[in-house]
Amino acid sequence: MESQTALVRPELILEYAVSDRFIEAAGMTLMLTILSVILGIVVGLVIAIMQETRTPYLRGVFRGSSVVYLWLFRGTPVLFQLIFVFNVLPVFGIRLSGFACAVLALSLNEGAYMSEIMRSGLQAVGKGQRMAGRALGMRDWQVMRYIVLPQALKIVIPPIGNQFIGMLKLSALVSVIAVEELLLVANQTASANFRYLEALGAAGLWYLLFTTIFMAFQARIEHWAGPQRRSVKGQAGFAQRLLGFGTGRQQQLR
Amino acid sequence: MTDTTPPTLTKPETTAAGAPVLRVTGLDKSFGPLHVLHDVSIDIWPSESVVVIGPSGSGKSTLLRCMNLLETVDRGDIAFDGQAISAEARDAPAVRRHMGMVFQNFELFQHLSAAGNIMLAPMKVLGLSEAEARDRAHALLEKVRIPEKADFYPSELSGGQQQRVAIARALAMRPRVMLYDEPTSALDPEMIKEVLDVIRDLSQEGMTSVVVTHEMGFARSVADRIVFMDEGRIIEIAPPDRFFEGAIHPRTARFLDQILHH
Repeated sequence: MESQTALVRPELILEYAVSDRFIEAAGMTLMLTILSVILGIVVGLVIAIMQETRTPYLRGVFRGSSVVYLWLFRGTPVLFQLIFVFNVLPVFGIRLSGFACAVLALSLNEGAYMSEIMRSGLQAVGKGQRMAGRALGMRDWQVMRYIVLPQALKIVIPPIGNQFIGMLKLSALVSVIAVEELLLVANQTASANFRYLEALGAAGLWYLLFTTIFMAFQARIEHWAGPQRRSVKGQAGFAQRLLGFGTGRQQQLR
Repeated sequence: MTDTTPPTLTKPETTAAGAPVLRVTGLDKSFGPLHVLHDVSIDIWPSESVVVIGPSGSGKSTLLRCMNLLETVDRGDIAFDGQAISAEARDAPAVRRHMGMVFQNFELFQHLSAAGNIMLAPMKVLGLSEAEARDRAHALLEKVRIPEKADFYPSELSGGQQQRVAIARALAMRPRVMLYDEPTSALDPEMIKEVLDVIRDLSQEGMTSVVVTHEMGFARSVADRIVFMDEGRIIEIAPPDRFFEGAIHPRTARFLDQILHH
C-alpha cells in the first residue's frame, strides 16, 4: 500500500499516457488541430482572395466584410469565441456537438490569422512572374502550376507549420466546453485521486510528442520544397520552431 | 509638320526581302480614361533591329506588350508572319512561343536555377526532354557569356547576369523576334554594357529585335530604324543617322535636346 501513498509515482505517468482514455484524448487533440488548421487554411484563402479582388463593386463589399471578420476574430479572445459558439448558437436553435463547436470556433479564429499568411504567399509571387511565364508561351494553368504555386507554397509552408504547432497548444482551451481532449481527460483523471503531476505529465508527454513530430514534418516539407539558394541561410533552428517566429497570436498568448 | 503626318513606314534598304515578321496597323488602346496608344502602325522586317524611344508614359512598353498579346487592344490589327493574331479568339500562348520577351526587372523565376529558368518552357511548352533542354540551356549560357552560372539561383546573380539569363531564357524558345522592354533600366551603370553587348551580338547575327530603351548610344549604333513615340503616338520613324542629325518633327528635336544636352 506504500506505493499508493507515495508523493510521486513516475510509473503512473507512462501508465496513464498509454491508457485507452489518454490515447483517445490524444487522438481527439490531434484531430481538432488538423481539422481546424485545414479549415482555417480554406477560410484564410477565401479571405485573402476577397481582399485581393479588384472588381469595382465587389471590392468594397468584400473588403468591408473581411475587415469586420478580422476585427471580430482578432479582437476577441479565442476562449471567448469558443464559449460563445458553444452557448449562444443553441439559443438560435443551432445544436452542434462540443467537437463541432470546437472545430468551428478554432477554424474561424485560425482563418483570421491564416488569411495574412495566404495573402503574403499570393502577393509574393508578383504579376511580372506570371507575365514572364505567359510571354514564354505557357498556358495559364502551366503558369500557375510551374511558376506561381511552387513559389507561393515555399513562402506559406513555414508559417503554416507554425500554425499547426500553435493550434495544438490552443486546442487545450477546448476542455472548457467538455470536449474530451488531453487536458480535460488529464484533469478528470487527476480529480479522482489528486495525482495531478502524473495525469498532467501524461498529457504533457503527448503534447511534446506531437509538437516534435510537427516540427520534424515541417523541416522535411521545407526541404522538399527545395532551397531557394544553394547555400541555405536562415533555416529555422529547433528552438525557433518550438518557440515560434513571433506571430501575432503567439505573442498574445505569452 | 503636324501630328497627323504619317510616319515613315518604308522598309529600310539594309534588310532582307520578304514579308514583315510583325505588322501592326492602326492600334488603339486605353486603360480606362487613359488613352495610351493612338493609331499606331509599324512593320518589323526580318533581321532588322528597331529601337523605340520616347519619354516615359509614351506607350512604348504597352506597344511591346500588345505585340505579343500580353495586352488586349481596343482597335487595330497585329499580324505575325502574315497571320492576324489580335482577335481575342486566337491562341495567344501558341503565338507567344515564337516571340521572346525580356523585361525591365528580369522576372527570372526565383525558385529555379539559371539553367532551370531556361529549361522550363522548352520542356513544358515544346516538349523537349530534360537532356535536350539542358544542352540548349548550356549552349545559351555560353552565348550570353555566363556558362559557369548554370546552377546559380537568381538571388545569387548580379542584375546584369540575371538579365543575360533572362535573354537566354527567351532565346531557348527559338523565337522569330525578340522584344526587349527597357532591358537595362533596372541595372547599375557598370552592368549596362554587358547586357547591351549581348543584345548587339544577337542583332548582328540577324535576330529580329524590337528594343525599348533610353540608351541613345546603343540606339545609334545598333538600330536599323529608330521609332520615336510621344503621348501614345508614333511621331517619327527614321534610320539613326537621320534621326539624330536632322530630326524632322519639333517634338523629336525637343526630346533629343533634353536627353542629349543635360
